[in-house]
Amino acid sequence: MTTYTLPDEIRKIRSHYCPGCGHGILHRLVAELVNELDITEKVIAIAPVGCAVIAYDYWKFDVSEAAHGRAPAVATGIKRSLPDKVVFTYQGDGDLLAIGLSEIVHAANRGEKISVFFVNNNVYGMTGGQMAPTTLSGQKTLTTPYGRNETEIGPPIDILKILQDFKNVVYLARGTVTSPKEINKTKEYMRKSLQIQMDNKGFSLIEILSPCPTYWGMTAINALKHINETVVKNYPLGIIKDE
Amino acid sequence: MDRKNLTGLYFWQGNTACAEGAIAAGCRFFAGYPITPSLEIMVHMNSRLPELNGICIQMEDEIASMAAVLGSSWAGRKAMTATSGPGFSLMLENIGLAIMTETPCVVVNVQRGGPSTGLPTFYSQSDIMQARWGAHGDYEIIALCPNSPQECFDLTIKAFNLSEQYRVPVIILIDGFIAHMMEKVTVPDDNSIQIVSRNQPKQLADIPVDSKPDNLLVPPMANFGQGYRTHTTGLTHDEHGYPDISTEAQNKLISRLIDKIKLNSDKIVITEQTCLDDADIAVISYGINSRTAVEAVKRARKNNVKAGHLRLVSLWPFPEKKIRELSNQAKKIIVPETNMGQIVREVQRFADSNTQIAPLNNAGGEIITADKILKTIMS
Repeated sequence: MTTYTLPDEIRKIRSHYCPGCGHGILHRLVAELVNELDITEKVIAIAPVGCAVIAYDYWKFDVSEAAHGRAPAVATGIKRSLPDKVVFTYQGDGDLLAIGLSEIVHAANRGEKISVFFVNNNVYGMTGGQMAPTTLSGQKTLTTPYGRNETEIGPPIDILKILQDFKNVVYLARGTVTSPKEINKTKEYMRKSLQIQMDNKGFSLIEILSPCPTYWGMTAINALKHINETVVKNYPLGIIKDE
Repeated sequence: MDRKNLTGLYFWQGNTACAEGAIAAGCRFFAGYPITPSLEIMVHMNSRLPELNGICIQMEDEIASMAAVLGSSWAGRKAMTATSGPGFSLMLENIGLAIMTETPCVVVNVQRGGPSTGLPTFYSQSDIMQARWGAHGDYEIIALCPNSPQECFDLTIKAFNLSEQYRVPVIILIDGFIAHMMEKVTVPDDNSIQIVSRNQPKQLADIPVDSKPDNLLVPPMANFGQGYRTHTTGLTHDEHGYPDISTEAQNKLISRLIDKIKLNSDKIVITEQTCLDDADIAVISYGINSRTAVEAVKRARKNNVKAGHLRLVSLWPFPEKKIRELSNQAKKIIVPETNMGQIVREVQRFADSNTQIAPLNNAGGEIITADKILKTIMS
């Protein structure tokens, strides 16, 4: 029988995330991977601005916050200065795809040897449920009370499609956290991303479809169903690029 | 450490001297974005830093440039960027983060006429207040203002030293005129250049890290990747780096960030004076206009007018005490600036109300000539 225990890399404090949020699972996956890959003294994380702004409250390794959207640029400065360290950014969809689109695209194109963990929950959580670049067509949010209108606002953006033809991008995958099976798959994508970096191969990004029951106006269970039935149609799961 | 200085005598423009000053100070990371009239600094770094195991990256914009500089400084390097007006506006977001996270770094702003695109190829001195107040929130900052290529070299070293000592971004406000002026620059040998590096916590893996401020109110800085497991955040935080969103924590943190500059201002402020001891008419200036002002004062002395000059080598923190003393002595203070009156307001704040204050301004592009300053002295 397997006993699951919390890794030393995570602080045993009360979570500030809403019930049913995916961040708790993902924080734990990150801590488990850091522990399993034995990189606790080598890893440097950059937290976003958004719900995960205080990710460093949970992780017991070097972590910095960046200004909103700028994590890939900060990671560039850190990784270029300390090429032997393992550097990853942990960013939400507003952070990475709206205000930080320029930073992520250019870091990817330069082929910065960093890992990006991109948590896509289709909405701005921290500020109270406004539209994100990833908000689905027709989805109601605080700032799209009549639903996202593609002719006025454009369709949701798929970052993996944007990055897949970039020469220096070596690995792109999308997972979710809707079941233990999917969580394990996501964990393996994230492990591979860190391993690619440790092998000095290039840039990789893992997108994780994550539930936001609070601002989707759903129960935690229905939010997971919504990902499986609807969100994945917009953002297909699996390995998108592996070179 | 091998600084690989180009010890010797050179005919350099201010921008080149600034870049070499940074290298002499130990700068081994530069991230920037092309802009006139600061561009030559990045171009010089692009060829020089790789020879020294340094890194120079052209980033996608000034926001990312400043972000990369912070990352590099957290990773333990001495890091710098250089820009001009419009780029400086973009950098202010991350300059605010540098202030809040007490990140040593140097930002060069080669000033041109503004607002907006303004006068890209003409100089000005109009970002003095932006350097002081441009980021949101309350803070103190250090800004230096060279008036020759030699000083572009010397003050860039000084800027790195102050930045490491006080854990604050130091802004070098060069006016475009000085940046493109070519003059003799002496690069001394390595041993005669004083280098200051940040204090670090005494013990590794000390969790939470030892972060008690020193007698200058500056805490030691744990670099990333050394095993401190350190946290850095732009949120209001406690002394261990953990967020503490309370008015108590905010008052404690912001008071210290301000006090570490304010209470040490006597150690930071640099001024120069010419014929000031018995002067009853004083000129206060900085940058290019300090060169014409000295000339005007000398001419006035030949006409038996007791004029003197106070040069602000550092602009922030402002030399409040010096202005108070001077206003008790001088009946008139003239402030020539290539802006519409920025430092003159600070002079008015601290001068005795009986002293006549005479601003002398140009909105950008022109030096305030010695003739003009002399005319105001004599009037």
